[in-house]
Amino acid sequence: MVNALIGRKIGMTQVFTEIGEAVGVTVLEVGPNYVSQIKTLERDGYEAVQLGFDETKKLSKPERGHLKALSVPGLRHLHEVQATGEPVEIGQELGAGVFEKGEKVDVTVGAVNGTAGSKGKGFAGTVKRHGFAGGPKTHGQSDRHRAPGSIGASSTPGRVFKGMRMSGQMGNKRRTVLNLEVVDVLPDRNLVLVKGGVPGAKNGIVVIRKAVKARK
Amino acid sequence: MGRLFVLFGEFPMGMILESIRQQQLKQGLPDIFPGDTVRVHVKVVEGNRERIQVFEGTVIKVAKGGPDKNITVRRLAHNVGVERTFLVNSPRVDKIEVTRRGDVRRARLYYLRGRVGKSARIKEKRTR
Repeated sequence: MVNALIGRKIGMTQVFTEIGEAVGVTVLEVGPNYVSQIKTLERDGYEAVQLGFDETKKLSKPERGHLKALSVPGLRHLHEVQATGEPVEIGQELGAGVFEKGEKVDVTVGAVNGTAGSKGKGFAGTVKRHGFAGGPKTHGQSDRHRAPGSIGASSTPGRVFKGMRMSGQMGNKRRTVLNLEVVDVLPDRNLVLVKGGVPGAKNGIVVIRKAVKARK
Repeated sequence: MGRLFVLFGEFPMGMILESIRQQQLKQGLPDIFPGDTVRVHVKVVEGNRERIQVFEGTVIKVAKGGPDKNITVRRLAHNVGVERTFLVNSPRVDKIEVTRRGDVRRARLYYLRGRVGKSARIKEKRTR
């Protein structure tokens, strides 16, 4: 069986657990996923399973050819994942049943080719991007309110150190949240409810995988 | 939150979240308004025993809606004001009874906090 699926972030809400606790959850739609290709050590040099998600009819001829063996007209997103245990076969349909209630999972945004990462904030200054304090608001300050301050010393070292935190693009990056608890699984509707937030916008494409660093 | 009704699969987008929220709702809850006097039966776990405790007081706030709906109930216990907030759809809230309907003109009765006795009274709502 595969240990990850491609899904879609639906949004957040609150649910009650059996013991009456209210938990904030993110609802993820994780299927149906179809096995579109199986990579083997002999042929490809590594083992992996390629999954497809999100049915569509708008695909180019080569893309359609790749998915010929499948029962659906086309799939918008393809992604390779690891598989362990039970072997899978091409065309097999996978859904929320892959995950169990109570299990820990990792959720990644921006992993699937051509999909967005965390919410983009554009070209952001140091105050927003790195939490700098900015300058004083009063006492005769002009143009110093959100300035980054000094970025280094003078002629020794005579350069700015690598990795100095400065302004730049913020957000829209691949991001992974580790060890989220699966609060509920609704296999008939292919929904997985994970505890807490997941980066990225609603309707964003995510990869949800069994936790790799779960504490035993 | 704007609801998107773009068709996707069996459930229109936005309906998925809504359907999960609907499932959390309790059936047969009374309508509760600010100013009402209510008896909230809460399940309390003591060790491994469970019993029901009743908290009776005036509703000073009804917040949110759907599964997150909660009420703040105020009462005087030994001349000390006590306020508790209950998630009305929580399985820990066994039952809510409305014992008296209050006639008030605002949604948040925070003015009751500074008052005791005569000035903290609420008129009873007259229903036809």
